[in-house]
Amino acid sequence: MATADIHVPGAAAHHEEHHEHEHSQSFVSKYIFSTDHKMIAKQFLITGIFWALIGGFLSILFRLQLGFPDMDLEWLRPLLGGWITPQGKLDPEFYLALVTMHGTIMVFFVLTAGLSGTFSNFLIPLQIGARDMASGFMNMLSYWLFFLSGIIMFISLFLSTGPAGGGWTIYPPLSALPQAISGSGAGMTLWLVAMVFFIASSLLGSINYIATVINMRTKGMSFTRLPLTIWAFFLTAVIGVLSFPVLFAAALLLVFDRSFGTSFYLSEIYIGGEALPNVGGSPVLFQHLFWFLGHPEVYIVLLPALGITSEVVATNSRKPIFGYRAMIGSMMGITVLSFVVWAHHMFVSGMNPFLGSIFMFLTLIIAVPSAVKVFNYLTTLWRGNIVFTPAMLFSIGLVSFFISGGITGIFLGNSALDIQLHDTYFVVAHFHLVMGSASFFGMMAGIYHWFPKMFGRMMDAKLGYLHFWLTFVGVYLVFFPMHYIGIAGFPRRYYSWTNFDAFSDFLDLNTFVSVAAIVTFGSQLIFLFNFFYSMFRGRRTVANPWRSNTLEWTTPIEPGHGNWPGEIPTVYRWPYDYSKPGAKEDFIAQDVPFSHTPESNLDIENEMMEWEKEEGVIAVNESK
Amino acid sequence: MVKSVDMVGMPKRPLAMHPQKFAMWLFIVSVVMIFAALTSAYIVRQAEGNWLEFQLPGIFQITTILIVCSSLSLQWAFYSAKKDKLEGVKIGLGLTFVLGLGFLIGQFQAWSDLVQEEVFFVGNPSGSFLYVLTGLHGVHLISALIFLLVVLIFAFKNKVHSQKLVTIEMLATYWHFLGALWLYLYVFLLLYR
Repeated sequence: MATADIHVPGAAAHHEEHHEHEHSQSFVSKYIFSTDHKMIAKQFLITGIFWALIGGFLSILFRLQLGFPDMDLEWLRPLLGGWITPQGKLDPEFYLALVTMHGTIMVFFVLTAGLSGTFSNFLIPLQIGARDMASGFMNMLSYWLFFLSGIIMFISLFLSTGPAGGGWTIYPPLSALPQAISGSGAGMTLWLVAMVFFIASSLLGSINYIATVINMRTKGMSFTRLPLTIWAFFLTAVIGVLSFPVLFAAALLLVFDRSFGTSFYLSEIYIGGEALPNVGGSPVLFQHLFWFLGHPEVYIVLLPALGITSEVVATNSRKPIFGYRAMIGSMMGITVLSFVVWAHHMFVSGMNPFLGSIFMFLTLIIAVPSAVKVFNYLTTLWRGNIVFTPAMLFSIGLVSFFISGGITGIFLGNSALDIQLHDTYFVVAHFHLVMGSASFFGMMAGIYHWFPKMFGRMMDAKLGYLHFWLTFVGVYLVFFPMHYIGIAGFPRRYYSWTNFDAFSDFLDLNTFVSVAAIVTFGSQLIFLFNFFYSMFRGRRTVANPWRSNTLEWTTPIEPGHGNWPGEIPTVYRWPYDYSKPGAKEDFIAQDVPFSHTPESNLDIENEMMEWEKEEGVIAVNESK
Repeated sequence: MVKSVDMVGMPKRPLAMHPQKFAMWLFIVSVVMIFAALTSAYIVRQAEGNWLEFQLPGIFQITTILIVCSSLSLQWAFYSAKKDKLEGVKIGLGLTFVLGLGFLIGQFQAWSDLVQEEVFFVGNPSGSFLYVLTGLHGVHLISALIFLLVVLIFAFKNKVHSQKLVTIEMLATYWHFLGALWLYLYVFLLLYR
């Protein structure tokens, strides 16, 4: 790294100026209304962790009901109040609200805002070599709209009629009619209001990410030299810009149906023998609109995790990522295909079976790019000098979930099988593995890997290992049995099954799942302790703790506003020059010119060296 | 030699647009998606039958002319700014504002005409869709009017000229887009009644 600043004359002068600058910020502009992408990323991260705890806690509540239906829940009364019935049971309508809010919080607040918001904000400028995002103000607005959305959603948890209870997919007429269940009253209204702010936040974020990646790359950072993380965040943002407006349109029409009496989704409904005035609506229309967002949303959640994994796996295998261009191609393929498969969520909605078979065909094609990615991860690991950092373990865990959850996706993509398995626990098991757990593990890998860059300190690795193994084993113990419960036909979102003899046999399995879920949730406390303890008391890090190639490790240990004190480094090579034959070290950072590494250059790279000279890079060769 | 430099991809500034102008285009993409969703919902719903047919208000023809004229006057203001004719900028922007306001009033009048025709917001979805499409377009036009007002204030402070074109350029992009969007919606409504 000693060679890094040789070709930036005058760097030292700039150095001083920037340092003067950053100390003059007040507390409010530094920590609260900050426009610095790193601080905004941390805000997203902390808020995401907060929501993950709430979402996880809600799931423990309904797992108690499912695993221990005879349990006396009187001890929860101080917390849940009226939602515990006089008999000491969970209120059935509150159970539905719990399921709904768990889904909403986890999908949108944790795995969209918490994952994309954190790592897109943090890594895009640092890895492409930019001082900040295209618009710092828009970025700040994006966070605070998310925060506002979160506050509204949080308030809805405490309504006397309960939060929204129609499932996270809010299908009308259930969600459109306050008479349907108590959760469709004020709770649903607040849900919709919160989501409008969330959509606005997400759009502002996505627009900013795309504008930054395209326009603010440093010198030499061509698209084929971008780290795969950036490719993943970029394509995620593209999906977001194209799909979230559609959710907005769907929600807008639902608001009109709920509050103004239109009939976009409602038709010929009788409640208590009385006909409602709404005529001519189509509930399937909502499903089409919703899933046009809903399916790409799966990839909004998953792609950033896959991008993070690419980076972590390559760094810690000390090998170039296998099939860099194939990775980009498969991510592009996933991006395009994600928009043409939405109706596979609707095989049982009375859709034309011919249309169903088209969507089945398109859905199964997604297996191809997904499999390419999996094989590329495995071949990157193959015969690498693997360093098992906690981040690496979480990445390998992601690959494992992506395989086991992806295979059940092939089952469900077939309409004939889906008609049997639709809305059973098989589906729950499938998407919790492939989307929920895989993305969660990607997020964890990202936190463990970039914690040193965020806070200038290391997280404790031993606690990280403990956290990983408890979570990894726990997740499989929770979701694997659910496949059996689902194949047996048990439907999701049911409060209780003990009334049906056929399902009573599965009580043991459900109890087992619940115990595993509680242990897994409990083991996240290890992470929490590690995270907050290391933030203040962790071992101080070195500049490049993982010996990684990407640009963020060329910044000071705790980068100030503007990221690089001097000139932004120029990029001369792709980010995966690990263990290059002949090289002095097993990694060559992106900002090292080819003229500094004559011992490891390929023929074509020696040619490029000639051009470097013309561009004014002074080759420093000690032997001369 | 220059050619081979391109081939091996030597360090050079990557292609870059003005980030804010670029963000404006992305915003436009998201608005396109909203209307794409709504108009495809319209087609899907219409295919299911039970669809009320009615005449579109005639005033739509007038508002269409108004919005096309407003685009022309805004483009004139932009060219004037490019040539540093500051008076032209003010007149052009002012004229655009008046035309835009006229368009909105016309759209509102169209709603009254619809009520006269007994096509209500609450009722058969064919009517509701018309109100939603025009209303949502109107909301976007109001946002464009506010943007226009900001640029107009800049213009009166003589801050819009050939060295400071970014804001008026972004405004023009957005305004022309909303005009084109209205043309699309109008043709769409004429074709799928």
